[in-house]
Amino acid sequence: MLVGEVKSIKELYGLDLIAPGHRACAGCGALVGVRQILMASKRPLIVVNATSCLEVTSTPYPQTMWKVPWVHLLFENAATAASGIEAALKVLSRKYGRQEHYIIAFGGDGGTFDIGIQALSGALERGHRFLYVCYDNEAYMNTGIQRSGATPLGAATTTSPVGTKIVGKTQQKKDLLEIVVAHRIPYAATASPSHWKDLVNKVRKAQSYDGPSFIHLIAPCTRGWYFDTSEAIKVARLAVETRYWPLYEVENGRYRITHPVPNPKPLEEFLKVQRRLSHLLLPENAEVLERLKAYVNERWERLQRLSACFA
Amino acid sequence: MSLLQPKTLKPMSTSEAIAYAVKQANVDVIAAYPITPQTIIVERLSEYVNNGELDAEYIAVESEHSAMSACVAASLTGARVFTSTASQGLALMHEVLYIASSLRCPIVMAIANRALSAPINIHCDHSDMMGSRDAGWIQIFVENGQQAYDRIFQAFKLAEDEDILLPVGVNLDGFFLSHAVEGIATISDSEAAMFLPPRKAKYYIDSSMPMTFGAFALPDWYFEIKHQVVEAMEKVPKKLAEIEEIYYKMTGRRYGHVGAYKTDDAEVCLICAGSAAATAKFAVTSLREKGIKAGLLSIRLFRPFPAESILPHIKDVKALVVMDRAMSPGAPSAPIGQDIKTVLYDAGLNIPVANYVYGLGGRDISVAEFENIITKIIEDLKAGRPIERGVRYWGLRI
Repeated sequence: MLVGEVKSIKELYGLDLIAPGHRACAGCGALVGVRQILMASKRPLIVVNATSCLEVTSTPYPQTMWKVPWVHLLFENAATAASGIEAALKVLSRKYGRQEHYIIAFGGDGGTFDIGIQALSGALERGHRFLYVCYDNEAYMNTGIQRSGATPLGAATTTSPVGTKIVGKTQQKKDLLEIVVAHRIPYAATASPSHWKDLVNKVRKAQSYDGPSFIHLIAPCTRGWYFDTSEAIKVARLAVETRYWPLYEVENGRYRITHPVPNPKPLEEFLKVQRRLSHLLLPENAEVLERLKAYVNERWERLQRLSACFA
Repeated sequence: MSLLQPKTLKPMSTSEAIAYAVKQANVDVIAAYPITPQTIIVERLSEYVNNGELDAEYIAVESEHSAMSACVAASLTGARVFTSTASQGLALMHEVLYIASSLRCPIVMAIANRALSAPINIHCDHSDMMGSRDAGWIQIFVENGQQAYDRIFQAFKLAEDEDILLPVGVNLDGFFLSHAVEGIATISDSEAAMFLPPRKAKYYIDSSMPMTFGAFALPDWYFEIKHQVVEAMEKVPKKLAEIEEIYYKMTGRRYGHVGAYKTDDAEVCLICAGSAAATAKFAVTSLREKGIKAGLLSIRLFRPFPAESILPHIKDVKALVVMDRAMSPGAPSAPIGQDIKTVLYDAGLNIPVANYVYGLGGRDISVAEFENIITKIIEDLKAGRPIERGVRYWGLRI
């Protein structure tokens, strides 16, 4: 198990908690991120999983990729299931000496932004000690790439196609982390599998708190974003380097950008490598592109101002 | 022997009696959401927890969906788990009920039976439970507060038995029972602990034996996994009888799968479930005084449906009256009516059944009405008139 801040990737050797042979797509960004999170996690660990790609591809009965206790109940209740386990272990350790565990709940963006947000909010408000990780591939990928509250403006999905009258999703992405922060939990952060050290240390910081914590992980999806299976980490890195995916944390209400991007690449660099968004570079979609850029810029500037407040 | 000692009765509402039993059952986790008419149960439990009288975690969840979700997760972790709900709450739990039974969680839930919207109505009928009839839960109906109190202990013992491992619903009529106060004979805490020692789960979520719960099963396994619920369900009648025998030796109280009253020589037997059975009992007594051979059979174990316990009581009657406090629009019979007709058919019996839906949304039914229903059937039989098949609606203004 890791102790303190991670400095070298060698420290992660031997900490894998997933077995080989899972059924996720080649080049799945989510699995890379999840694997890093599990390596980083304190032990003993229990994993809760919402219905999602991660759940379906990791447990085709009678096989499982999980080397830790793992529970899946439904789509919208991963946060509640974590609540139930946490409460049960608390009372069972008090009454009968059962061992306490760390708990991580994984949900996709559909299971977190949309159908599971009530359960998440309830669990955060009640203050259970667990880490919730939303791995965000920005659409309902498990059911075949339908738009969610996490899908960015203009993105093509099977329920927000690029039509002759309407170009992709017409709404901006929901700012989930700010909703989470409004619960005033001790720790919330964004992360990317391309920045593994940042991610690993955030997991460890999250688990150091006696209360709920939250990590919002970008999870590039080769099938839904339309890029080559070799490029998931490259796409994730572009998201960070274009400021599309700011890496920041909110620790006890204090904002901090954990990976400053002083010289951002143009947003177009991120858009052009994925077919779900590359149509925004066409001249007829310039107005949509401008709105998306404004969203990204305003978010970054706001985070900078907030970080400066607490610097 | 405690059996021979006079018991001091404690005045309690059925809701309070249930909460008291749950406290004595030494539950570990309660996850619940308020809904009328169930709320008193969880209010009392909150008091027990906050006053240090019960060492449990009370999770005040944000919906009934989450109540059942937290219960399932806590139960899988090895805890003894209780919740309570009614009506829309049970409906909101619906998809989680199947998870509870299929992941073999021995949760006990009190259901203060209440009508379903629309129109919104807070009063009693059995539509809520009937809506989740096929979710793989053992379902028990109680007729009074004493039964409710006793059944809570039996329900935990039944649910947690390694041969069963199924959740149990204890159904009490909303308001008619939930808010009715009666004298309850209680068992002592030490008797409760002896009858129901702490739960010893064989498999549970723990890093000492990492297991995958709730895996994804394809057509090659799904059917077999689901059928295990049926296999466990089939063991319930015998197991419940054994548990009742132990409880009977301790308390002198036993209820069985059905409650039979004057069925031995009955010409017409009335079948119902819940608090109406107590009302119907007065009607049968009154009719017997008038020389009419009426009988009463109360369904106490509803799932699994105790066909073998029912059949001896009804096989020789000339006609049956089945009273359902829930409707099944478009179905050939109301829920209990369907089950009784299946029991008769499987036994090769062609006894006419008058199936009535009554008392929806809390509409009361009186002793006199039960008398009228039975008398009408007796008259039809005497006059050689055929008993009307299909579903009729008692007390409905048209």
